[in-house]
Amino acid sequence: MAEEHDYAPAHAPHIHVTPMWVYLAVFTALAVGTLLTWWVSTIDLGWMNTPIALLIATTKAVLVILFFMHVIHSTRLTWVVVIASFLWLGVLFVLTFADYLTRIWQIY
Amino acid sequence: MSDIAITDAAPEPHAHHPFLQHHFEDLGQQHEASTLGMWMFLSTEILFFGGVLCAYWIYRIIYPEAWALAAEQQNKLYGGLNTIVLIISSLTMALAVRNAQLGKRKATVGMLFATLIFGGTFLSIKSIEYWQHFHEGLFPGIHFTWNEVPALAPKVQLFMTFYWSMTGLHALHMVIGAGLLIWMMMRAWRGDFGPEYYGPVEIMGLYWHFVDIVWIFLFPFLYLIPGPHNG
Amino acid sequence: MSSATLHDVRFVEPEGTRNYVTHDYGALSWLLTKDHKRIAILYLFSITALFILGGFFAVAMRIELLTPEGDLLTSDTYNKFFTLHGIVMIFFFLIPSIPAVLGNFLLPLMIGAKDLAFPKINLLSWYLYMIAAVMGLYIIITGGVDTGWTFYTPFSTQYSNTHVFGVTFAAFIVGFSSILTGLNFLVTIHRMRAPGMTWFRLPLFVWAMYATSIVQLLATPVLAITLVMLMFERVVHVGIFDPALGGDPLLFQHMFWFYSHPAVYIMILPAMGVASEVVAAFTRKKIFGYSFVAYSSLAIAFLGFLVWAHHMFVSGISVYSAMIFSFLSYFVAVPSAIKVFNWTATLYRGSVALLTPMLYILGFIGLFTIGGVTGLFLAAIGLDVHVTDTYFVVAHFHYVMVGGAVMAYMAGLHYWWPKITGRMYPEWWARLAALLIFAGFNLTFFPQFVLGYLGMPRRYHAYAPEFQVLNVMSTAGASVLAAGYVLPLIYLLWSLWYGRPAGPNPWGAVGLEWATSSPPPMENFHETPVVTWDAYDYPAMMKAMGETQNV
Repeated sequence: MAEEHDYAPAHAPHIHVTPMWVYLAVFTALAVGTLLTWWVSTIDLGWMNTPIALLIATTKAVLVILFFMHVIHSTRLTWVVVIASFLWLGVLFVLTFADYLTRIWQIY
Repeated sequence: MSDIAITDAAPEPHAHHPFLQHHFEDLGQQHEASTLGMWMFLSTEILFFGGVLCAYWIYRIIYPEAWALAAEQQNKLYGGLNTIVLIISSLTMALAVRNAQLGKRKATVGMLFATLIFGGTFLSIKSIEYWQHFHEGLFPGIHFTWNEVPALAPKVQLFMTFYWSMTGLHALHMVIGAGLLIWMMMRAWRGDFGPEYYGPVEIMGLYWHFVDIVWIFLFPFLYLIPGPHNG
Repeated sequence: MSSATLHDVRFVEPEGTRNYVTHDYGALSWLLTKDHKRIAILYLFSITALFILGGFFAVAMRIELLTPEGDLLTSDTYNKFFTLHGIVMIFFFLIPSIPAVLGNFLLPLMIGAKDLAFPKINLLSWYLYMIAAVMGLYIIITGGVDTGWTFYTPFSTQYSNTHVFGVTFAAFIVGFSSILTGLNFLVTIHRMRAPGMTWFRLPLFVWAMYATSIVQLLATPVLAITLVMLMFERVVHVGIFDPALGGDPLLFQHMFWFYSHPAVYIMILPAMGVASEVVAAFTRKKIFGYSFVAYSSLAIAFLGFLVWAHHMFVSGISVYSAMIFSFLSYFVAVPSAIKVFNWTATLYRGSVALLTPMLYILGFIGLFTIGGVTGLFLAAIGLDVHVTDTYFVVAHFHYVMVGGAVMAYMAGLHYWWPKITGRMYPEWWARLAALLIFAGFNLTFFPQFVLGYLGMPRRYHAYAPEFQVLNVMSTAGASVLAAGYVLPLIYLLWSLWYGRPAGPNPWGAVGLEWATSSPPPMENFHETPVVTWDAYDYPAMMKAMGETQNV
C-alpha cells in the first residue's frame, strides 16, 4: 500500500502498474462467477439460493474493487472510505430490517 | 522579516506541468486529491443505489412469490450477456489506465475506445430489452397490462418499478460514463497522459468500475430470483 | 512552541495590496469565480435572502396563531406555510449556512491552503443551490406545497394537489449542492493542510467541518434516492409507498429519516465548531479537553446515523425496534454533553470578554443544552407518545436549531466579519441585537414547551381557546426576535462602508486565518505557512506578544 502522507505530499503520483496477468485472471474469475451464479440459480437449493448468489456477487465486487480499482495498492485512507461506505449502507439495511423483521413479534 | 516589494503575491517559481492546478503544491498532491475525491463521490453512489436496493429487499422479503414470478418475466439471456459485456468493458478500462500509466498513447485511446464500444453494446442490448418489456406490458403505471397471475399482478408491477428505476438509473450512469469516455479519448489522443499525469484516466476507471459493480449486483437481484418458478 | 510567527508581518500584505474583493471587478468575476472566499460571499447573499423568505412564513403563522380560530389563513394555506417554512429554513438556510458561508471562507485559511481541493466543484455547488432555490421560488409563487417538509406518504404521493414533484426535485438538486460541499471539505482537510498542520493542531472548527462533511456525504444520497422514488410514485402510482397498493408508507419514513436525522447534525456540528473558536478566542485559553471535543464531533457524526426512527415511534414500527432506537438515541447525547462540559470548563477562570460573538455563544451553550435535554425527553418512548406531534417537539427543535445553530451562525458571522470584510461592526448595536434575539427567542419558544405538554398539536391553524395566552406570548416573542434579526441586516451592511477598518487580528486570536490580512488576498497567504504551534496556544502567544491587543 502507498504511504500515508500527513502533510508533505509526494512530488509525482505514486505509480503501481498492475501486471497484465492479474487483470486477465480477475476477468476470468468474473466471467466464471457470472456463469456460476446463473447455473446455481437454476438449481433449487431452497433458502440457500439467495445467500449463495449474494456471496458470488460480493466476491466479484471485491475482485473489481481490489484489482481493477487498485484498492489493494491504495492508501489506508482509500480503504477507510470504501469500508465506511459499505458499513454505512449496512447500518441502513440492518436497522431498517430490524423494524420489518420484528413487526410480527407480539408483546402480549 | 522578508521584504515585500510587490503589490500582488508572486507565483512560486517552478517548472509547471501544464495540467497542474495552481492551488496544489505539485502533481502528487493533485493526483491524491483527485483520486480521493472520486472515491468519496463513489461512496455517495454506493449509498444512492444502496437506498433503492434496501427498498427492493424489503419488498422482496414481504412478497417473495411475486418477486420470483416477476423475475421469470425477465430475459436472462440479455441480462447475462450484458453482464459479460460489462465485465469485458471493465477489463478494457483497466487496461486503458495501465496504458496511460505506461505512456502508451495509442494503446490508451484504443482501450478507451474498446470500453466505449462494449458500453455501447450494453446500452443497445438494454434498449432492446426495454422495448420488448414495454411491448409485453411490463412498464409500471397506466401502460402495465401484464395479468397472467391476477392476484400477484400489483406486486409484479411493484417489482417492475424497481427493475425499471434501478436499471434506468444504472443506464443513465452508463450514458454519462460514455460521454466521459469520449472526452478521455480526446485528451488521450492529444497526448495529455503519461506516467507523470494519468489521474483523469484512473478516476474515469474508478467511475466505470463502480457502474460495473452495480450491475454485478443488479443481475442476480433482478434476473435470477429463485422461487417456485425456477428454471 | 514559539508562536512568534503568528504575528510575523511576513504573512500580512502591505497597504495597497489587492485583496480577494478588489482583485478584479465585474459581475462575471464573481459569478464565475473559483475563489472559495468569493463563493462564500455568494452563498452569504443567497442564504440571507432565503432566511428572510423562510422568516416571512413564520411571521404569517405566528400572526395566525394569535387567535384560536383560523381566521387569517385557510387551513390549506396554513399547511403550505408551515411546509414552506420548514423546507426553506432547513434545506436552503440551515444546512448550507455555516458550512457554505463560514466553512467555505475559512477552511483553506485555517489549514494554510490556497483554496479548497476542487474550486470549480465549489462553484458548481453554489449554482446547484441557486437553481434549486429558483425552482423553489417558482413553486412557492405558483401554489406551494402542503405536505409538511417531511413529505409523508401516501398524502404526498397520492392525495396532495400541490407541486410535490417540483419541490422534491428542487430538494434533490440542493442535496447535491450539500454533497459536493462535503466532498470538497473532506478532501481538502485530508490532502491540503500546510506543513506542520497535523490533525491535532487543527482548530476545532475544522474538526467540526470534517464531521459535518462526513454526514453530508453519506446521508444526503439516501435522501436523493428517496426523493427519486417519491417522484416516481407521484407520477406513476405503483404503490411503492401506498398501502392501498401494497406499499409501506413506513418505508418512506425510514429512508427519509435516515437522512433527515443526521441532517440535524449537519446543522449543529458546524455551530459547535464556531462555539469552540469563539470560546477560545474570548477566554484567551486553550479549549479544555481539545481531543475530547475533536473526537466527540466524530462520535456525533457516527452515532447520529443510528437513531433515525425516534421520529417514528408512533408511526407503527415494531415495539422492539422502537426500543433499540430509543436506547441508541440516548447515546448520541453523550458527545454533545461532553462538548458543553468542555466549553464550560474553558470559561472557568478564563479572561472572558463579553463581546458580541461571546454573547451569542453563551446563549448558544445554554439554549442548546435545553434543546438537547428536551430531545432526551422525546427519546423516551413513553413520554414521546404523549408529546409527539405537539408543540413540545416544535419547541425542542427550535431550541437546538435557532437557539443553537442560528445563534452560533450569528456568533461566527460577527467573529469573522472583520476578517471577511476588513471592517468592524458597531459593537453596541450588535450587543443590543444579540440581547433582543436571546430574549425574543425564549419568549417565542419557551411557551411552546408548555403548550405542547398541555396537548396543543402542531401543524394546525386553529387551536382550543385555553391555549391562547401562551400563543400570544409566543407571537410577542416572535416580533422581538424579528427585530433582533433585522438589526444585523442593517448594521452589518452599514459597516461595509462606515465600519472601523479592522487589522489582521482585531481579537488577538490564535489561528492561521488571523495571520493574514483582513480581507485576505486572493491566494490567502503570501507564502505557505509552516505551522509550529498548537491550536489555541494563547499562553505562548501572550508571552511572546506581551499581552497587547490590536482592537
